[in-house]
Amino acid sequence: MTKFPGGYRGRVTPVPIPNTEVKPATADGTACAGVWESRSLPGLIHSPLVIDERAFFFSAAPHWLRATVACTLPTRMTARSFAEQLKRAKRRLVRMHYESGIGHLGGNLSALDAVLLLHLEIMTADDAFVLSKGHAAGALYIALWATGKLGDVDLDQFHRDGSRLSGHPAGGWHPDIPFGTGSLGHGLGLASGLALGKQLRGERGTVYCLLSDGECEEGSTWETVLFCAHHRLSNVAVLIDANGLQGFGTTTEIASLEPIADKLRGFGVQVDEIPGHDPVALRAALTAEGRGPRFLVLRTRKGHGISFMEDRVDSHYLPLDAAQYELALREIDAT
Amino acid sequence: MRDATCRSLIALYRDKPFVFLTGDLGFRALEPLRDAMGPRFINAGVAEQNMVSVAAGIAKAGEQCWVYSIAPFIYARPFEQIRNDICLHGFDVKLVGNGGGYAYGSMGSTHHALEDYGALLTLQNIHAFIPAFADDVSPIIRRMSESRHPGYLRLGRCEKPASLRLPAYAAWRCLIDGAAGVAIVVGPIAGSLIETALRRAPTERPGIWVLSELPLSGGVPAALLDQLARDPRLVVVEEHAAHGSAGHLVAAELLSAGMSLASFRHFCAKGYPSGAYGSQAFHRKESGLEPETILNSLTASATAR
Repeated sequence: MTKFPGGYRGRVTPVPIPNTEVKPATADGTACAGVWESRSLPGLIHSPLVIDERAFFFSAAPHWLRATVACTLPTRMTARSFAEQLKRAKRRLVRMHYESGIGHLGGNLSALDAVLLLHLEIMTADDAFVLSKGHAAGALYIALWATGKLGDVDLDQFHRDGSRLSGHPAGGWHPDIPFGTGSLGHGLGLASGLALGKQLRGERGTVYCLLSDGECEEGSTWETVLFCAHHRLSNVAVLIDANGLQGFGTTTEIASLEPIADKLRGFGVQVDEIPGHDPVALRAALTAEGRGPRFLVLRTRKGHGISFMEDRVDSHYLPLDAAQYELALREIDAT
Repeated sequence: MRDATCRSLIALYRDKPFVFLTGDLGFRALEPLRDAMGPRFINAGVAEQNMVSVAAGIAKAGEQCWVYSIAPFIYARPFEQIRNDICLHGFDVKLVGNGGGYAYGSMGSTHHALEDYGALLTLQNIHAFIPAFADDVSPIIRRMSESRHPGYLRLGRCEKPASLRLPAYAAWRCLIDGAAGVAIVVGPIAGSLIETALRRAPTERPGIWVLSELPLSGGVPAALLDQLARDPRLVVVEEHAAHGSAGHLVAAELLSAGMSLASFRHFCAKGYPSGAYGSQAFHRKESGLEPETILNSLTASATAR
């Protein structure tokens, strides 16, 4: 067996990615977003490929080359390299929102760690990600950018006329965005249906779904918790971005959700509460073995990493002005 | 039509497996389908919003999915799920609503579906199928299955006269000739109207067309336009509210075709004008949907001419 990165075969992963149950024997024939042809080993990359956000490479390179490079990105990084990736992603997220004059940053920043980790390290070609909290579209687009599945030229179109990158994601145009979402309370049902469909078809893979905590006020969310618990959808993993804030106040003020973990456990599903900005804890939780549908309550902070946005309701809506943007970048760089 | 639906779906399943979801309805009707399908028949419980989202997810996985409930529960409660999760994606999901119009009669207004296909046809990609007779169900289900688009099947109680010989199913069918204008009918009420019309001489009854698919993708048939050119009196009959109705679609289509009508009457569901409730026949009467009333309107317009 070759020891080149892509040469690990027979469900052996090059580093301890625990999701080997759904790991194909090889990457050949699996889908790499942007290209659908069978591909050969990436190999011979001994350090993480760093693509500076200011570089034009991804946007200017031919589609096939962009895709090929994307496929050579490492599937597993150290905690330190993830921290660097996160910082880079956070800068790009803030820039994208600032240049578009769009708010909604708070809920993107609370979710970014988990969304990025899923896309960089956890998910395989068999898996799918459903962004039920569609207002965190920025985090999803940035995660796809970080994995080479969107380019700077795409991000520059965020919220623009003629763009596919709308403020809440549309479905059907990108293989890694299976559903359009935005109205809360839909994503978990979609994810559960996709997971059930995969089971009925004998297909492998986990369907990950990210909810907001405010979204748990939607009755349809609980309809689906009941459904996926009853049907023991073991290929569903649900992440709840519990940042404690929603559109017009705190979740405690508006409709007390706590103790949300206990409420979920009452449905007979496995629930873990973890600090949502701790990559080690996130990684451990996302890769742990479990039975039936798994729910991870991510204790996060809205606007995480930017002092004047953290835990503030207005970070749900308000865009940054020029001075705030510069300050935000300085704070991100200082982390 | 429920039994015909069950038989047709079993036959379809044997040819082309699909997934079936029911919102806890189908007692003494869908048991044979459940037995035939095994784990692909899923009772999703009394949770229509989840059921529709799950159906969209199943379709995304590559399986055609049929979703069943009574008509008001399948289109109204999960309307946003139909809009966002099915129609915006154009997923291969077929909604089946039993008891369109006033079919659930004295069960009350919550169980009536007076605006189902009108509301659904405002959404992208979806097509509505309204069988007039139980015999229509099988060919309609086949047509729906062959389409990869979302579909809505509105079922009712078959009122076909025993003596009526049906031609092969088509979206538009002329079922009886007549010389007193033209009637276009949607849904099972066609049977009762035809039964009454057949008791009249051809000179005292309209030509009756049955329309079973909406929107009017192929326009209005040339033969129907010819009839209207000869006798431009038209009634449209349907157990559905006026807004979003087949009547409005037909009127718009005829105007677009340059057709000028001498008279146009739309017989449709008026809701609950007296505030009282009763059988399907009671509600039809309150809405002026009685066959004699409809047929007399055409002879009256002939007199006026």
